[in-house]
Amino acid sequence: MAIIDWDAYDTAQKVQSGEVSALECVDAALERIASWDSVIGAFLHVDAEGAREKARIMDSTMTREAKAALPLAGVPVAIKDNMVTTDMPTTAASQILKGFRSPYNATVVERLVRAGAILVGKTNLDEFAMGSSTEHSAYKVTRNPWDTERVPGGSSGGSAAAVAARMVPFALGSDTGGSIRLPASYCGVLGIKPTYGRVSRYGLIAYASSLDQIGPLTRSVRDAAKILHIIAGKDPRDATSIDASSVSSEVGPVQIQNVRIGLPEEYFGDGMDSRVRDKIDNVLEQLRSMGARLVPISLPHTRYAIATYYLIAPAEASSNLSRYDGVRYGQRVVGQDLVSMYESTRAKGFGHEVKHRILLGTHALSAGYYDAYYLKAQKVRTLIRQDFENAFKQVDLIVTPTVPDLPFKLGEREQDPLQMYLTDIFTVTTNLAGIPGLSQPIGLADGLPVGLQWMGPPLAEDLILSAAGRLESALTLPQWPMLGGLDR
Amino acid sequence: MSAAYEVVIGLEVHVELKTATKLFCGCANAFGQEPNTETCPVCLGMPGVLPVLNGEAVSLAARAALALHCEIHSYSKFDRKQYFYPDLPKAYQISQYDQPLAENGYVEIGFGEGKRKIGIERIHLEEDAGKLNHIGNRLGDATGSLVDLNRAGVPLIEIVSRPQMHSPEEARQYLTELKTILSYLDISDLRMEEGSMRCDANISLKPSDYTGSLFDLPRVEIKNVNSFRNVQRGIEYEIGRQKERLAQGLAIVRETRGFDDASGTTYSQRSKEEANDYRYFPEPDLPPLVLSEEWLAKQQHMMPELPDSLRAGLLQRGVAERDVQVLVQDPDLYRYWQQAVAEFSDVRQVTNWILSDYSRLMNAHSLSFAAPTVTAKALASLLRLIESGTLSGKMAKEVLEAMFESGETPQAVVKRLGLIQITDQDAIRDIVSSVVMANPAVVKDFLGGKDKALAFLVGQVMKQTKGQAKPDLVNDLLREVIATYA
Amino acid sequence: MSLTNKEVQHVARLARLAILPPEIAEATGTLGRVLDYINLLNELDTEHVLPTTHVVPLLTTWREDRVEPSLPPQVAVQNGPEVLSQMFVVPKILDGGAG
Ligand SMILES: [Mg+2]
Ligand SMILES: [Zn+2]
Repeated sequence: MAIIDWDAYDTAQKVQSGEVSALECVDAALERIASWDSVIGAFLHVDAEGAREKARIMDSTMTREAKAALPLAGVPVAIKDNMVTTDMPTTAASQILKGFRSPYNATVVERLVRAGAILVGKTNLDEFAMGSSTEHSAYKVTRNPWDTERVPGGSSGGSAAAVAARMVPFALGSDTGGSIRLPASYCGVLGIKPTYGRVSRYGLIAYASSLDQIGPLTRSVRDAAKILHIIAGKDPRDATSIDASSVSSEVGPVQIQNVRIGLPEEYFGDGMDSRVRDKIDNVLEQLRSMGARLVPISLPHTRYAIATYYLIAPAEASSNLSRYDGVRYGQRVVGQDLVSMYESTRAKGFGHEVKHRILLGTHALSAGYYDAYYLKAQKVRTLIRQDFENAFKQVDLIVTPTVPDLPFKLGEREQDPLQMYLTDIFTVTTNLAGIPGLSQPIGLADGLPVGLQWMGPPLAEDLILSAAGRLESALTLPQWPMLGGLDR
Repeated sequence: MSAAYEVVIGLEVHVELKTATKLFCGCANAFGQEPNTETCPVCLGMPGVLPVLNGEAVSLAARAALALHCEIHSYSKFDRKQYFYPDLPKAYQISQYDQPLAENGYVEIGFGEGKRKIGIERIHLEEDAGKLNHIGNRLGDATGSLVDLNRAGVPLIEIVSRPQMHSPEEARQYLTELKTILSYLDISDLRMEEGSMRCDANISLKPSDYTGSLFDLPRVEIKNVNSFRNVQRGIEYEIGRQKERLAQGLAIVRETRGFDDASGTTYSQRSKEEANDYRYFPEPDLPPLVLSEEWLAKQQHMMPELPDSLRAGLLQRGVAERDVQVLVQDPDLYRYWQQAVAEFSDVRQVTNWILSDYSRLMNAHSLSFAAPTVTAKALASLLRLIESGTLSGKMAKEVLEAMFESGETPQAVVKRLGLIQITDQDAIRDIVSSVVMANPAVVKDFLGGKDKALAFLVGQVMKQTKGQAKPDLVNDLLREVIATYA
Repeated sequence: MSLTNKEVQHVARLARLAILPPEIAEATGTLGRVLDYINLLNELDTEHVLPTTHVVPLLTTWREDRVEPSLPPQVAVQNGPEVLSQMFVVPKILDGGAG
């Protein structure tokens, strides 16, 4: 196995033991990026020199003991470009933030760096994390490493693709309606959206504040647990962060026989690609044979989730994106007077999809519509939460497909936003309910990855990770994508 | 044509809280610093930042609510009020909308029989905006503006009165009493000229036969007037303007108007077409504000004695009603008075000297009782010199002025100016005798019933003693000496 | 249709987005379809349901009133598109603002 094949766990261990240097790990990542990112388009910025310099400093100044104290010693990492960094630009894949340099680091970045990780670059996303395909970036399109004619999913498509293409062992993404889990599923990697509040949002460029969470995209369950443990925890700079540092960094054993797994009927109905359904059925059979108790359940308000999401998220987004006004940072279009400066700056700086969501969200909050739209959606959100509360009285975890279909072709859903929105149908519910969700690769169908989604009650990440770990060890997972058929 | 209207006034007062830091970030809450030196990613509204509530601001706000007899809600929440303006970095202000910190209080204005309550609808916490400096001074003809965000995020409370004032004078009384109450709490600098206290006035005219809701009356808001006097002037002007329009059969336009100090008039700032749609919604970045019983009890414990109770105490000690008002209005003055009375227990004397002579000196030099040039202790020893007869009242005034100028003790001034009052009867009797002998004609006039003649003789004695003789003693001795001659 | 051109224009003004007539028509169509879909929520009677504003029950957290260093002023304005005397420059303001 080459360095790029190692997960974060192995990489850190080998740096700690001195088997490889941090610089070798960083070089391997940078080399991989240099060879393949022109095809994949995962990165918006790569700071090769900065990363090498940090690795060199680590190698030359740190004793083995000091390295051993760093759980991510020398592990290269990529960060979705909607988390702010002082050492690299942050654009949220938007023109409006072109040239912006943050004077502070996101809390998650600080925590990773403190753990010894080395930031190599910032990854592509749908502008301001609004999208499900990473086609809506103002800068470039990211391609799916398994089939470069297809989308990687979004909005954390750059992070998912970078991990799948073995450019980095792990990356951070953010998930507002499925933006970690969907690309994880499409790219055949693992992605977890933690319980709302588990990971500090300080430094995450807000899309929809009551739904956003940061989480890792990894190649193994143990990495997901390890990274989550490092980035989770109460942050004095985020009043909505919660103190629940109980995620263990090691995946503990779980008696799968004792786990009751709910299968919501609403997620297994029509509209699912039969190839996805076959893969899922196989895995369910496997879980059953391992002794898990599969219990049919109902989450009756599932059909309202997308409608609810497309009121709450754009409404909050319309507010969060108001600060991009051309006054203090970012791009400005000169205007005769203040209002024309505002209006042309924002018209030029935001992309089409972002503008649509701002308009939709502004409408949902405007005088005369608030009750019918925003308030109504918040009430339905309560019903969706209650669905889960009731379900978790009967079962410990819930399993569903992550996405009802396989990665679609670039441009295929450009014309119909509603169809694009429906891609998130199985993932938005956990954001609305604030509960954790994890997408785990379970194999290929027609050469394309399929993901299984685990959901659990608030703060049940441990249990989810343990169950996913049991399943992972029982599955024979495919080789990594052969990039362009030329790889290796 | 009926022209009978009732004036209806409601006031919104914004008060900056005197915390060490801003409402949602750790930047210093300090006035008058260099532009943008008190800013951080949070108050600059940088991408990715989140607000974290300053507990001290909540505490100060709660004390204001208690002092204004409000009901403090154990559950309140924050909302975003959205509008674009360059002094508002996030393009929304974090404020409290439908569930404010406190509601249903009042302020009492007037005195004795004329006392009445002006209702307070609500008090809520919110963040201040930054400051714009217009290139070319006035907004109207500025070619651009410069944005300084030092003030952005400073904690404010907004105190909203009910529309229960009916004259400009009542509005002024309400503001004065509100400021007095807040000043005892020591939660704000309350400086209108620096903007730490700001007032918006809502004015409408209610036809005498109107029975509908006050809310539906066309209302004009005068924004950000910079002194109580100008609030009163602005309202006066606005009442006149509205009456005139109505008399001409013109409608009152619901709008926001500014006040022009120089001309004493108001001018239109924003018309109804621009009516704001603030799109309030609950702030997702801040959990609801839940206050425990214990916490509230703690705030209650920190409450100082308030003006109402102070006034009652002063009346009880025999201070005249008029003086009570003046003393209580300024907490520094009141504190000074308290210290002086502790040193010298003649309440009447102390009050008179502080409110007349000393206040006149302080006012003439625009000084505040926060830093008195003559300490209460020094004033008390001056009063003791009068009491012991060492100084006459007239001399004491001179001494006070000298103390004010030089900061000396009264004893030092007396010594320096040689101002000891001569109380030695024998010494004065000699002078009196010589004056009587030198003025036989005047003495005769006096004996003939001309009382004025005595005043002349007193004057002569005072002249010879350089004014240091005790006047009533001179009087007595003159009569005594003349009697022996007669 | 659940949305008119006029409404889109109004909302664009509120959101400070310059919008051209063809864009208005396009947005009205697309967003109208989304809103039609969203009308699905009207199937539900939510009269007695409380809204969810915060998804996990969070406790009031506040910080101590202790001063933290501000940014160096040149850093505070380093991203400004136009800066004069450590302040952000904005063009002529025609309306009186709000607040
Ligand atoms: Mg206000
Ligand atoms: Zn600050």
